[in-house]
Amino acid sequence: MAGPEFTPVNLITGFLGAGKTTLLQRLLRQPALHDTAVLVNEFGQIGLDHVLLERIDATTVLLPSGCLCCTIQGELADALRSLHERRAQSRLPWFRRVVVETTGLADPFPLVATLHADPVLRHHFQLGQVLTVVDALFGAGQLDRHEPSVKQAAVADQLVVSKASLAGPQATAALVARLRGLNPQAPLHDAETDVMDAEALLCRGVFDAAGSPKAVQRSWPDERAPLDETGSGRYLGSRLPARHDPRVQAFSIVRAGPLDWTRFAIWLTLFVHRHGARLLRFKAILNVAGSATPVALHGVQHLVHAPVHLADWPDDERVSTLVFIVTGLDAATVERSLNACLR
Amino acid sequence: MCGLCGVLGGPRHWADAAARPGVYTQHGDEFERRRERRARIAGLGAALRPVGLKVDDWQGTAYLLADRTGASVLVDDLAQLWAAADRLGTRPCDPLDPAWIEALESASLAGGDGRS
Repeated sequence: MAGPEFTPVNLITGFLGAGKTTLLQRLLRQPALHDTAVLVNEFGQIGLDHVLLERIDATTVLLPSGCLCCTIQGELADALRSLHERRAQSRLPWFRRVVVETTGLADPFPLVATLHADPVLRHHFQLGQVLTVVDALFGAGQLDRHEPSVKQAAVADQLVVSKASLAGPQATAALVARLRGLNPQAPLHDAETDVMDAEALLCRGVFDAAGSPKAVQRSWPDERAPLDETGSGRYLGSRLPARHDPRVQAFSIVRAGPLDWTRFAIWLTLFVHRHGARLLRFKAILNVAGSATPVALHGVQHLVHAPVHLADWPDDERVSTLVFIVTGLDAATVERSLNACLR
Repeated sequence: MCGLCGVLGGPRHWADAAARPGVYTQHGDEFERRRERRARIAGLGAALRPVGLKVDDWQGTAYLLADRTGASVLVDDLAQLWAAADRLGTRPCDPLDPAWIEALESASLAGGDGRS
């Protein structure tokens, strides 16, 4: 029996004061998000963000008990279950997606784990887009001092830079360069000058967004290096130049020819089992032997989401592209290991 | 079982066939699934050999993992298999361990990894 479709749970994350609520407020005004349930998590005794959203209704839920990542994962699970039950019983307007605004202190990984660990949620919900807002004024300092902000940037499917005009072009360009180093594959938006299209940011799948050439190729002032060497930006782009942050490395592996799914699954399950703690984000578009269309796969740390078929290849090139964002793993060794397993 | 929708059991491991809309399924055909199962056992054998373990299929539903002394354990899927291999193996199975990589490279060159 085929189960019901999954409801995507999108995360809006970013450090304290980065502008998450402002962004969410702006996105929720757009018609594309009319069928969206919102969960707001606040760290503090009195929750205010849900008031600022000006959207108090049955599909807006405040999670007031503390930081989502460490104290109230149970509350998140309860809130999602409640939304699901009430939707199933038609006691709520139908919603197609959930947006969770996390506290600025939240480590995004436990939130993702909650979706997988809960015996009810994992049948009905799956991780959607992760939007990370980074403050151009204070973002660099936060990346220096606060580990959660590094993880928030590394795990993002979309990065949004806020307050660029306050920070000035030089500081913004420096921050953008750092963000590219941490997460070269995520489309990067300027909250002040770019159209924050809710449909593009929160209503599409992870790979649809990654495949948006316009978003991927956006150039920033004084940015020295392009996102990828070819500038194609299609799906996951081509081989990424390896760039190094002291704590985070991003690299890609590109393989020509059809890939043996059985062998690949053995390798990836072992890799994730042994090194999942160091795998901040993983995305792949694969040319699987026997499959006419590309197979997309993504994961966070030890969690790998069910692979899905994409509708078609973007062009005639049938290559498998795997993007890794890791801490403390050697790109060449990872590639050699994968090759050894696929030989 | 999910109390809300009545789906029996947990979701299958991502590496296994999963009949859900939009989810990639390698082989819906029973014959092809068995063939793939044999290929997976062969691949797992190659990956586990460097740490002194071997694996067999158990009735098409589980994996029987064993060490050289005959100690064995049944596991349901690949996630459980690697955790069990940590407990039974002579050392942790690490895909980034140069010795493990070299062992796979050598087995592949020698055609001795049991690929079907």
